[in-house]
Order: sequence, then structure tokens, then C-alpha cells
Amino acid sequence: MSSRDVVLGRVRRALAAEPRDTGRNEPPVVRDYRRVHGSRTAAQTVELLAENLADYRAVVHRSDPAGLPALIARLLADRGARSVVVPRGLPASWLEAALAASSGLTRIEDRAALTPAELDAVDSVVTGCAVAIAETGTLVLDAGPDQGRRRITLVPDHHVCVVRVPDQVVGSVPQALPRLAPDRPLTWISGPSATSDIELDRVEGVHGPRTLEVILLSASGQSG
Amino acid sequence: MSGTYLGMPAFPRAADVSTRDTRLRANLTHATHTIRDKRAAAVAELDDWAQLRAAGAAVKDRVLRRLDHYLEQLEAAVTAAGGQVHWAADAEEANRIVTALVRETGEREVVKVKSMATQEIGLNQALEDAGIRAYETDLAELIVQLGDDLPSHILVPAIHRNRAEIRDIFRREMGRWGRPAPEGLSDSPAELAEAARLHLREKFLSAKVGISGANFMVAETGTLVVVESEGNGRMCLTLPETLISVVGIEKVVPTWQDLEIFLQLLPRSSTAERMNPYTSTWTGTTDGDGPRNFHLVLLDNGRTDTLADTVGRQALRCIRCSACLNVCPVYERAGGHAYGSPYPGPIGAILTPQLRGMQGPLEESLPYASSLCGACYEVCPVAIDIPEVLVHLRERVVEGGPVTRGGTRTVVKPARGHAAERAAMRAAAWTFDHPGVLRRGMRLAARTRRLHPRRLPGPGRAWSRTRALPAVPAESFRDWWRRTRGESPSGPTGERGAGE
Ligand code: SF4
Repeated sequence: MSSRDVVLGRVRRALAAEPRDTGRNEPPVVRDYRRVHGSRTAAQTVELLAENLADYRAVVHRSDPAGLPALIARLLADRGARSVVVPRGLPASWLEAALAASSGLTRIEDRAALTPAELDAVDSVVTGCAVAIAETGTLVLDAGPDQGRRRITLVPDHHVCVVRVPDQVVGSVPQALPRLAPDRPLTWISGPSATSDIELDRVEGVHGPRTLEVILLSASGQSG
Repeated sequence: MSGTYLGMPAFPRAADVSTRDTRLRANLTHATHTIRDKRAAAVAELDDWAQLRAAGAAVKDRVLRRLDHYLEQLEAAVTAAGGQVHWAADAEEANRIVTALVRETGEREVVKVKSMATQEIGLNQALEDAGIRAYETDLAELIVQLGDDLPSHILVPAIHRNRAEIRDIFRREMGRWGRPAPEGLSDSPAELAEAARLHLREKFLSAKVGISGANFMVAETGTLVVVESEGNGRMCLTLPETLISVVGIEKVVPTWQDLEIFLQLLPRSSTAERMNPYTSTWTGTTDGDGPRNFHLVLLDNGRTDTLADTVGRQALRCIRCSACLNVCPVYERAGGHAYGSPYPGPIGAILTPQLRGMQGPLEESLPYASSLCGACYEVCPVAIDIPEVLVHLRERVVEGGPVTRGGTRTVVKPARGHAAERAAMRAAAWTFDHPGVLRRGMRLAARTRRLHPRRLPGPGRAWSRTRALPAVPAESFRDWWRRTRGESPSGPTGERGAGE
């Protein structure tokens, strides 16, 4: 008998007293918890996202399409970044200013041949995101064309993530899940990497990026 | 400490040692109080916590009642997504499967994400016996591993170590495992974390095999979920070519939607955060992104025996948040090592004897490692009535009764010899020798009762059911002792001397 049969057999014996047609007789799970906590306008939801991101020590910036390239260029320059890895589907215009001839910045496109050691030598990464959750201050990446493979937002020490507001922002975890495809690899990010393992003192950036910068990009947002 | 829980003394004796360790107790008290105050604030942000908690319990109960169905569904979904599913009836089999899978890759080193399941089966030791080195990559687990020590808390396994000890361990041991600690390493947490980052990065970048557990497995989609903070989990889950996940069969949830419950309950209960820094989900394998080979090892190891006990079964709802440890007056005094398993605190007191069976003095004494104050039930995000299960297990120890071992139903006699009674007496003596623990527990009980006036405390329910008595009020350890022993507790009231 295979171990599969052994384990499933034990499960069935353990449950021998349970009704088997549970589809019909099983009491449904009562889901009377909230879909979202509190009622907010779209703008207030974005505001809450900004607050919660900052509370978990992400650095929050605001911009509009016209100001975005300059802002990204400034963030990379402030870090002294010499190289930046980007997903294939990142809009080309976002990095135009940063890659201007004088900057000395090298753009590296995410591709399967990129080894972990090569990634380790890269300073920064710029991506979009799939969904952002206001109540928890969470960015969700789903490996879409403007986000790339999971590893590129993990190995470099500086992550700049652009969130289109208000379209990509939801209020709560229950509102986020239906917008995400389970068959894609997902990474939920809430603030930079952190540990509290040493006497519960919080330290940022153990293994993942030490600095997470989030740009809230609105059609007509003030830049900053 | 030698990296194994086997041969641990029974709880009261181990606890007696740790309660005299003032450094350990100071570390623990600081930690548990800090986390539990933060947790209360994080929970208070959600005004539907009670509904989330009830839904979490209901989903887990539903899974347990149809576990065979959901496991088969999960297996089909993982397989369809390109993963390979293996079944392990016990620890030995799980270790054998993982060892063989690592051997197939030709690698002699693996990187590991913190995982209770792999600690439970003693995987690191099994791999070492097979000539394979397993590197723990969670900072706390790294501290424990380098210190040749054992974890003492579910969430912060090295909570019993302070910063100076950690610096000493890093200075002394890192070089034996890889990149040595930087010259002149101080004991500032930031420097220590940086040393760990440098030490582990070379492992992450070269690792070909990663080993993990999972917090949840979604039956309908075949998705696995790992929740973490540091990014070491993401490293192990995405950089290696082969990923092996060892997961207890109780970790399955039916639907993708169910994650909306647990991804709210777990972070707030555990680290007291709105959301932990990183959550990774994966479904089988994805072309060009992450491991090319994915193996899921489904672990029984006593879980089906636990499932067979309709009272004790609820322990399988546990999502390992560790909230119950942080409110437990006995854990705070005794420390995690006294529980003799990777599962310390109140959940350990009910899970370990059920997973292993009441096979020795430790397992028989664990149901007594509690003041039955009920604080663990109050904080548990999936509403496990730990006091109810404790009383139920005490009854098994003292009176015997039907149990399932290795899938076979049998009836245990009341306490092999007088072992159980001795265990109970030692536990009682220990508790009464530490009046602070008892008083504290009673105070907590009184407080929570005021907050929840309609709750019939678990032990009362259990006893009224098994004894056909009307519901009784909350039963303290003292009352339980008096009733079952028919006498007043007595004994020395001061702390025991070191020579005892
Ligand atoms: S028993 Fe409840 S409180 Fe304790 S670790 Fe498990 S889920 Fe958390």
C-alpha cells in the first residue's frame, strides 16, 4: 500500500463518524466579516495607502505622467545608482531622463539568463505593480510585464515601485484577492525587508531590499 | 542543548530549571509583553475581528471534516501546475523522501526557510546523516543553528538569546559555516543583521535546492503561501532550481477566497503588523521564473491520529501565529525549551501529546503545563479552545480511554503505572511552588471573564459534557486539582532552592 493510501485511509477512518454528503449538509462558512473597513472616497483610499506605506518605512512620492521620468531619475541619482534592472514591459519613457547620456546609469533588462550573482551587482530596480492594498500598506506584484520575475525585486538593495492611482489601489485584502490570478507567482510587499529577531529591535533590510520607494502616479497628481 | 528534543525531561523538571534562569526570564518577559501589547493594538484596528475569527475557525473545521477530499483536490491541482506531490506517513518517511530528492539533484547543500514541520521531523539532522548540509536562513533560526541550540518560540525562535550572546555566537561560529563575521562585530542589532546578510547572501546566490514549509495550501488552485519578514523566504523560494516544501496535511484551505480571512488573521496575531513585509504565493512551477522543479511533501506524522479525536482535533486549526505563547503565564516563566518540542506554549501543550501520543513522562505532563486561565483561547485567531483540550487530555492521562495511534483505534489504560499521576503531581507541585504563575493566571482569567461574560469556559464545557453535569464556571488549576485529588493543594510556597 502506498503512503498516499495509508494517509488517506487514516483520514477516512478518523472521519468515519462525519456525514459524507457534506456538500449539502455542511453549514456554509458565514462570511459576515467586512469586505473593507470603513467607507472612503477613492482619494481617501490612496491617502490611507500612503500613510500605511510610510508607517512601515516605505518612502512615498507622488507624481504625474509628465513628472515621472524626472522623479525616477532623481531617486536613482540620490542613491548613486550606477545600474538599474527593469522588467521588459516597463514603459520606456519612465527611464528616459535617468538614462540621459550624462548620467552614467546602465539599464539592464530582466531576462532568464541573468544569474543571481549578476543581479547582486545591480544597484536598483524599477517596476510597476498589480494591486496595492490601502488598509495594510501592501504592494502586490504578479510578475506581469511591467514587474518582471520575482527575483529582480528581491536581490537589488533599492526598489522603486510605481503604483497607478487610483486604478490599482483597493481598500482591503478581501478586495485584492479577486483581482489577482492564483496561477501567477505573487509577491506581497509591505515595507522594506525587516527583522525583529534580536531583542525585538526592528532592523530593515536583512535580505530583501533595504529601501523601498513607492511612487503614487496619478493622471494629474502633484509631483514631489 | 544538542539540537534534538529527544530525551527532554518532563515539563515540570525542565521548567524548574528555566524558571531559575533569570536572564532567560527577563528576555522572555520583555518579548512576550511587547508583542502582546502591539498585537492588541493591531487587532483593535479591525472591528470585525470576531467575525474573521469565527470564519477562520469555520473554514478550518470544514477542511478537517473533509480532509481527504481537499487533499485529493490539492494534489490534482499541484500536479496539473507542474509540481510533484509525495505523501509521508511519518517523520522518518518524510526525511527519506526529502533526502532522496536532494540526492537526485546531486547537491550537498540546501538553503532552508524557517519551517515548523521540518523541525518537527528533525530534517536537518537526517540530511546531515546523509552528508547534506542544511543552512537555516531565517535570522533567528540561524542564531539557533550556529549556537547548536533549539528554538524556544514559534515566531522568534532565538528569543532566549540577548544581543551579546548573539554577537559571541556569530563571532565564534560563522566562519565554520561560511563567510565569517566581520572584524570587530559589535552587538548592535543593525550590525548583527548585516553580518547575517553577508553570511547568507553567498548561500542564496549559489543554492541549487531550497526547502520550505508553507503557511497555507489552497486546494482549488494548488497554490502554496509563505508569509515572512526578512526576504530569506523569497530567496529560498525563487533562486534555487529545485524547491521542496514539507507541509502538514492540516494546512490546506479550500478556496483562493479563504486567504482573505487568514491573511488578515495571521499577521496581526503573529507579528502584530497590518501585514508582514513579504508574502509569496506560487502554484506549481512558472516558466523562467523561480524553481524549475517543485516537490510538495504532505506530512501526516500524527495529524490523522489527532484528527480522530473529536475534542482534540481543533488543535489542527492552528496557524502557528504564536499569540497564545505571548499571553501564557506558564510559558513566560518556563520558557520554550521546557515543552520539549518545536511547539512550545499552550499550543505545544495540546499538540505535542496528540502528535506523538502520550508515550512518556513529557507527553503525559504537558497537559498539566497550564493554569487553565483561558487567555490562550481568548487570543487565538482560530478560536482553538486550548483549555478544553487540556482538560480532555488530562482526563486521558488519569483515566485512560479511546485513542488512535498510527491510524489504529485502541483504548489506553489509565496512566501506565503511576507515571501520569507522578507527572501530574510534579506539575502541580511546580505550579504551587511558583505562586506568581498561579496568581497571574487567575487574574487573567478573571479579567477575560469580565470582558466576555457569556463565554462558558472550555474546561467547564468539557467536564460538563463528559460528566453529564450542568455547565460549571471556569475551573482554575487549583479547583481542578482539588476536585480530582479530593484534597486541598498544599506544599511549599517559596521558589525552590537551587539544590533541589
Ligand atoms: S493555537 Fe491559536 S494562538 Fe496559538 S499559535 Fe495556534 S493559532 Fe496561534
